[in-house]
Formats: sequence, structure tokens, C-alpha cells
Amino acid sequence: MERIKTIATRDLTKSVQTGGCGECQTSCQSACKTSCGVANQKCENTNK
Amino acid sequence: MVHQYKLNGYNIVLDTCSGSVHLVDDVAYDVIALYKEKSREEIVQELLAKYADRPDVTAADLNQCLDDVASLEAAGKLWTPDVYENMAFDFKNRNHVIKALCLHVAHTCNLNCSYCFAAQGRYQGERALMSLDVGKRAMEFLIEHSGTRHNLEVDFFGGEPLMNWQMVKDLVAYCRQREKETGKNFRFTLTTNGMLIDDDVIDFCNKEMSNVVLSLDGRKEVHDRLRVDYAGNGSYDRIVPKFQKFVKARGDKNYYIRGTYTHANTDFTNDIFHMADLGFTELSMEPVVSKPDDPCALTKEDLPVLLDQYELLAKEMLRRDREGRGFTFYHYMIDLTGGPCIYKRISGCGSGTEYMAVTPWGDLYPCHQFVGDPKYLLGDIWKGVTNTAVQDEFRHCNAYARPECKDCWAKLYCSGGCAANAYHATGSIRGVYEYGCELFKKRIECAIMIKVAENQDRAAKGEEVPIQLGGTCTACADGEACE
Repeated sequence: MERIKTIATRDLTKSVQTGGCGECQTSCQSACKTSCGVANQKCENTNK
Repeated sequence: MVHQYKLNGYNIVLDTCSGSVHLVDDVAYDVIALYKEKSREEIVQELLAKYADRPDVTAADLNQCLDDVASLEAAGKLWTPDVYENMAFDFKNRNHVIKALCLHVAHTCNLNCSYCFAAQGRYQGERALMSLDVGKRAMEFLIEHSGTRHNLEVDFFGGEPLMNWQMVKDLVAYCRQREKETGKNFRFTLTTNGMLIDDDVIDFCNKEMSNVVLSLDGRKEVHDRLRVDYAGNGSYDRIVPKFQKFVKARGDKNYYIRGTYTHANTDFTNDIFHMADLGFTELSMEPVVSKPDDPCALTKEDLPVLLDQYELLAKEMLRRDREGRGFTFYHYMIDLTGGPCIYKRISGCGSGTEYMAVTPWGDLYPCHQFVGDPKYLLGDIWKGVTNTAVQDEFRHCNAYARPECKDCWAKLYCSGGCAANAYHATGSIRGVYEYGCELFKKRIECAIMIKVAENQDRAAKGEEVPIQLGGTCTACADGEACE
């Protein structure tokens, strides 16, 4: 692909099967306290 | 859904439902923009005309690019169908675990900041300190409702939590004992204005707190304008040396220097750079939460200025990083390969369901931003949640709860946004705080651009970081090849 580079990312469609353990941090707990964003949370699933 | 944007010389294409990120040249950017609108022949003719002065852009080349786009679509990396809507409802309905508490150990404060959403720490109520007994019961409430969840999070919050410091220390000791008995793992955080930091606080926090959030608004004149004591004196000179000592002693443990920007400092990047120049590297800066008639409130006219500021910040961060003096900005931390799964992306922060705030006298609220609003009182730590109607409202808050978000490319990054922001802006937790949305979308665009730029920098050094269709990616959090 001359004109397109695909950056390595987690495939969200596959995480339907592997995700949902709920061990990840609560979004607001870490720094912001006044807004919501989950994109910067780390996955903490130890069995993925 | 596909979102395309150009930033800092990069053409970026996001496929939001798969999470894919593509870096493309101008021609592919146009091909993708036209792909669903026009026929193959029409696209080729239009782009041959547009790029008539480019000898590399031929009909054969354009057809190849169209084939590549078709391959990416077939591989689930472009225009991936949105099949998650029903999962959002199911996931929250079956999830009744509580995993995090914001513990309001002090509804009082030794600063008198006029923009404080907590009304100088009192949350529209009486000054109060949480007793150790209430704290212990809150921890038992958390353990009882945590199900099989291993990691439990407790944030010591206020007001100013260091005004109830001995109780914090005693409660941590209690939890360490309970860890041994229950197999749970407590992770503590502390949010402080810094006024009462001393060697004891530093030593204890560096041993026990997985994260500390230290409030600093940036430049002295900005910080001291609002963060004043009850005599009206600014706090900058008293807290900055304490923060520097604290962070130096903290080693590699997590911390954030966290600021708030208002209408008075829409050039807030200067405050972030000031924090960095003070030697801090883990930085967070949030837009003020205030009523529209508050002089601090951000205005419509401020918005384009703020959007420019976020771009400027991203570019400066890249520049400093390349010079070996980089820093982290909370909202630009995005982990493309090891980030949150789709369930997390849909369900959001968990306020009112898996995350709650506890007042000094043991009342439960959906989060710290609702404390003091009687409509949102959920129950207490002895009887549990009794206001199930309000909890159900929060249970239904997710990335698909708001019609306005249906066609938004960012909904799987924000999960529908902050319920408190929505409530304050519209009167409903299922409303949309559009101003916040604009800021959020710009931050995500910048965050992904930084990742793309870093990726390109590594590629330029010979590291094989970008992958192409047909390649495999072992970095994926799902632990399998992307193909």
C-alpha cells in the first residue's frame, strides 16, 4: 500500500470476546475529576 | 464510522468501530473521502483532474489505491459496522459491581478558590470531617459490593483531604489488613492543594498512594489569581517547593500536576509549559466547571482560541520530546495497542454504578460532582443504594444513550461524556455538553496525531512500527495477529 499506512491498534471488534473483565481503572479517579474520557485508560485484563 | 482530519502535516483516517488508525497521503485521503459517495470511475476522473500536475497520480495508481481501500474495508479496518449498541445496555445491566469510591474525608478546605465546584470544599453544606468509623464502613461497603473484582480504588478527596490526615493514614492501615483477609488489592490516590504537605505526608504517600494529584494552575499570576487562602493571599510560593520535593521523592510512582484553566487564561498552554519548566513531567489541565454567569466561565468566543491551544500543545510536546525533554499530558495519553476494550469504551466512567462518592457522614452520590445535590442522593454506606431510580438513570448512561451522539465519531473515545458536565450544561445527565464535546474531540485528534508522529519518528529510525495490510501486529492487546 503505497499511500496508506495502518498504525498498530487494538482491534475493538475482537475485544468483544476478550474484554469486559472490569479490572481497569475508573476513568475519573486518575487525574481529571471533571471530565470523562476512557481512551487514555490502560487495559488491565490479565487473561487476555 | 470513518473520521478524517489533517493536523500538523499528517493526514489521519480513523475507523472508529474497529479502532483502526491510518496515516495516508493526500491522494488516499481524497479517495477515502469520496469512496462512499461516488463510483470508482467518477473518483478516478475527479482525482486525475485535481492532481493533473502530479505525474505519480495515474489512473492505474488511483485504481490501486481504490483496491487498497476496498481491502481495508473487507479486513474490518474501514467502515467497520457499528454493532455495539445492544451490548452497551446488556453490559451495564449485568454489571452490579462497585469498584471505586471517591472518599470525601474532609468537607472543608484551607484555600478559598472562587472557581471551586465544591464551593470551597463544603459542597453547599456544613463543614465536616469523616470519622474513622465512617471510613471503615465505607471500605466494608466497597468490599461487600466488589464481587470478584480484585483491584479496588479509593481516592482521598475533599475539600482538602490533608485536613483529615491522621484518619487517612489510619484508614489505609485498616485496608492493608483487610487486603490480607479478603484477597483484595486497594489502590489509593490522593488529591491535594499541597498546603499541608510535609515530610510525613511525602513519606506516607510515596509508600501507600498509587497516584497523587497535586493542584497547580500554572504561572504564579494565574495560580494566585484564584487559588488563595482565606486572607486572600496566593498559595503558589507555598506549594510549588513542596510539590517539587514531593515529586522528586516519588521516584517513578505516578503523580499528576493538575490545573484548571478559566476564561482568564485561555492561553493555558503557557501554564502547562510553566509546569514543565518547573521540572514536572506528568501534567493535567482541565477546563473550569462553572455556571455560565460566573466570570471564570469559558465563553463561546474562547472556544476557537482553546482549540488552537490544544494543537499548539501537541506540537510543542512533540518538539520537546524530540529534544529529550518531553512531558506527559493526561488527555494526550492514548494507548492504541493496549487501551480499553469495547465494553469500557461503551460504558464510560461508571459514575453511579461502579463508582460512587461518599460524604463525611456516609451518604452515597453518583460521583463527587453530584455531592450536595439532594436529587442525586443514592443512599448511604449502611443501607446501600436505595434510590434505584437515579442509579438506573446512570446505568443507562453510555456511548449510545444520547441521540446527539449517534453520528459522532468520538463516542467510543468519550463513552458519551461526563454525566456531571451534561447535567450542569443541560439539566439532564443524558444531555450533551456541546462545548465540552468540541474540546474533547480536538484533544483526541491531537492525541492520535502525537501517536502517529511518534510512530513515524520510530519508523524513520528503522524500527518497523507501522504495519500494512497483510502484515501482523504482535503488539495487539488481544494477543493475536491483526489479520
